[in-house]
Amino acid sequence: MATTAMPHPETAAPAAPTGLWSWVTTTDHKRIGILYGVTAFFFFLVGGLEALVIRLQLGAPGNTLVSAEAYNQLFTMHGTTMVFLALMPLSAAFFNFIIPLQIGARDVAFPRLNAFSYWVFLLGGLFMNASFFVGPLFGADTLSVAPNGGWFGYANLTSSQYSPGPNIDFWVIGLQILGIASLAAGFNFITTIINLRAPGMSLMRMPVFTWMSFVTQFLIVTAFPVITIGVVFLMFDRFFGTTFYNVAAGGDVLLWQHLFWLFGHPEVYILILPAMGIVSEVLPTFSRKPLFGYAVVVYSGVLIGVVGWGVWAHHMFSVGLGPIADSVFSASTMLIAVPTGVKIFNWIGTLWGGRLEFRPPMLFAVGFVSLFIIGGISGVMHASPPADLQQTDTYFVVAHFHYVLFGGTVSGLFAGMYYWWPKVFGRTLRDGLGKLHFWLMFVGMNLTFFPMHFSGLLGMPRRIYTYGPELGVATYNLVSTIGALLTGVAMLVFLWNVLVSRRGAAAGPNPWNAATLEWATSSPPPVYNFSVIPTVKDGLPLWREGGMEPSPLPAVPPAPIHVPGGSIWPLCTAVGIVVIGVGGLMHQSLWPSLGTALAGAALTVVSIYQWAFEPFEV
Amino acid sequence: MTEHTDVRHAGEAHASTRTYLVIAAILTIITIIEVGVFYVPTLHAILPPTLIILSAAKFTLVVGFYMHLKYDHSLFRAVFLFPLAIALAVIVGLLFLFRVL
Amino acid sequence: MSHAAVAHHTSTGLDSRKIAFWTFIGSECLLFGSLIATYLVYQGRSVSGPTTHEILNIPLTSISTFDLLMSSLAMVLALAAVQRGDRTWTRVWLATTALLGAVFLGFQAYEFQHFVHEGLGFTTSLFGSTFFTLTGFHGAHVFVGVLWLLTLLVRSFQGKLGPAKALNVEIAGLYWHFVDVVWIVIFTVVYLIQTTPLPAA
Repeated sequence: MATTAMPHPETAAPAAPTGLWSWVTTTDHKRIGILYGVTAFFFFLVGGLEALVIRLQLGAPGNTLVSAEAYNQLFTMHGTTMVFLALMPLSAAFFNFIIPLQIGARDVAFPRLNAFSYWVFLLGGLFMNASFFVGPLFGADTLSVAPNGGWFGYANLTSSQYSPGPNIDFWVIGLQILGIASLAAGFNFITTIINLRAPGMSLMRMPVFTWMSFVTQFLIVTAFPVITIGVVFLMFDRFFGTTFYNVAAGGDVLLWQHLFWLFGHPEVYILILPAMGIVSEVLPTFSRKPLFGYAVVVYSGVLIGVVGWGVWAHHMFSVGLGPIADSVFSASTMLIAVPTGVKIFNWIGTLWGGRLEFRPPMLFAVGFVSLFIIGGISGVMHASPPADLQQTDTYFVVAHFHYVLFGGTVSGLFAGMYYWWPKVFGRTLRDGLGKLHFWLMFVGMNLTFFPMHFSGLLGMPRRIYTYGPELGVATYNLVSTIGALLTGVAMLVFLWNVLVSRRGAAAGPNPWNAATLEWATSSPPPVYNFSVIPTVKDGLPLWREGGMEPSPLPAVPPAPIHVPGGSIWPLCTAVGIVVIGVGGLMHQSLWPSLGTALAGAALTVVSIYQWAFEPFEV
Repeated sequence: MTEHTDVRHAGEAHASTRTYLVIAAILTIITIIEVGVFYVPTLHAILPPTLIILSAAKFTLVVGFYMHLKYDHSLFRAVFLFPLAIALAVIVGLLFLFRVL
Repeated sequence: MSHAAVAHHTSTGLDSRKIAFWTFIGSECLLFGSLIATYLVYQGRSVSGPTTHEILNIPLTSISTFDLLMSSLAMVLALAAVQRGDRTWTRVWLATTALLGAVFLGFQAYEFQHFVHEGLGFTTSLFGSTFFTLTGFHGAHVFVGVLWLLTLLVRSFQGKLGPAKALNVEIAGLYWHFVDVVWIVIFTVVYLIQTTPLPAA
């Protein structure tokens, strides 16, 4: 078969190719970053809509907006979507666009593998959300076969006995597909950060965002295999009748919980560390002052990653692990608050004495710090098993993790969006609308989640589709619902900002006067990123005299730069994998299922061979 | 086939063909000892720790020599040993949590 | 049009593909670690079906273990042959490794169907589920490895596997040895360390 590699021009200053096909076959980290960002933001809105319906249902006691069955799908998909289809890929958008620029590279180590990760994510997300619409194919209504076992899918609720429909099949297959995307990206970014740094950029000169992302990638490649196995066991139980989570056969449903949380706890650090990295870039820039205690912030991040492997059973304090296990995990959980707290002091130390400028990125970054502190405090309260016995499975936990994931991660991601928007698109988002977005979101978020501390301690359980007025939590729920609507308005303001900011003054290479390498090149960067790869002499190359050479970078590359072409095989391989998944969904009918799965496998294998042997030079 | 020539890295330490054959012989012998211990009833009291030590030796030999980790840049060692340590900790942790240990 | 010499600067002087592959191997430690942990945790808890001591065939598995160990030797010799540009022995050793891998799979296939015949199926019991999943995942890895080796063999016959491409064989070797090393652990943990009473003298 003739090569399908795109022609790659090698003039002194190659231009980015245009047209739909160039996007479909792109291997350029900047384009892949934009694709991740747009797709993830779309799923973020989907998850937000699910949240709004949840809140409308819970806004009053005894409400009948949605049935219990629909509600189970809503909160399951809200959680699964937000974690796997919104927050992780939004972080990935930044990994993709920003990391190669921050380390002074022309692209990631494996550009086609990078594209592959994106396509698998997109198709996996569509696969999972297709469940909302394809009920009739399974002899059911629409909006009835979406995953409904919670984002954590506890055994044996998720067994074929108690979840007989295809709902959980969508979930187990979808998660495995998405896991492939994350793992591939993990190998890619670890290699990129280790091996493609510009000359002079030692590890301790790397920007903190790159460092935190580096730790995150190690968490991904170690944690995802564990949940892969846990989910494989569940899939085998459901498809073939194995006994992994079958109590009558001697199995233990707690095995699922252990395997899930062995992944699940590192996962929450995967969700927060990149945002912490973003905040660690934004605060110094808008304080006109270097990050306080760079080395300590880096080591804390590494420590969080390592200790994060030793705390998982704090999600299981109510299952009867025994006093020794409870104590061990309680201690490790309290311990991990230390490096986390250290970072907070470093951020405050950065602000202290700085010339503060409260542009939108700074507002979101400071918002992150304050809201994360609140979420961290409720987290430490969970660390005590006796206290947790009251808090667990109540809305107190919902309050905790939304403070750290919404108040924390989402704020951090918006800080990154406002901060790096000019670099990516060449124009800055409007300040006025940005501030309005921030305040609406800040107020809305607190209105939504602060009352949950109280409704939780008053005994409102999680995952219930309605509640009686006698529980005494109706007012709290109403306030939460109003807060959620306000937060929704904030998102509309953001979208409006995106729309109106398409016109405006060009941003220039460094509109915020920031310190790190990505601001040394134009906005947006040329397809080859840097006209010459600079030699770095300092961790803040744009702030220190002689921090980088040459400075400024030449406007035009002095020597020809090879820019790799595109390739269709990453997409084809991704399609093959998802077709296998579709085959799995059909497991009730042997031959159609097997046939589809084999067709998918054939496409996957052929695509991999084409990928391996096509001429492609980075 | 019998001389040791390393075309890629002149001067870098490298195992020879003879070394590989010796390692293969050692691996075989260790396997025979493992199976032997299994069949000797009087040794059953110390069966698990003995087997663990013996197979750890085989593991180290294959990883160190056949996978060349002994001679390679320490970066590869770090990238492998860190997840391996987590995997071992997870196994041991779960054995305790399920009251096997 | 010829490209300007692309001397790729790397921060470590090491090949990116090798770094990525070791990272992948690290990740596989967690994959197999979870499978092994599950097997160990569930050992002796089956409520029915054949037990380890009734059904595992130590002599046969010792032979297949030896076979896999020898395949690692063949692999390492294949790499040495590629590195010194010895086309004939490259092909001999690659083919030998693939053959020994296929023999291992043959042993496994025989074992699987024999177990099923003796009443231990995938769904019979915890032992059945954990055993077949663990060894099945391992066997699937061996299968992929055999395909990879055969691909390299074909490339060699096409004259496209010279010393400049030694890294491709080296990485295939890393994969192959790792799969062997996992089997070393499985052989010990599943076959030799059994909780049910061991055979008397």
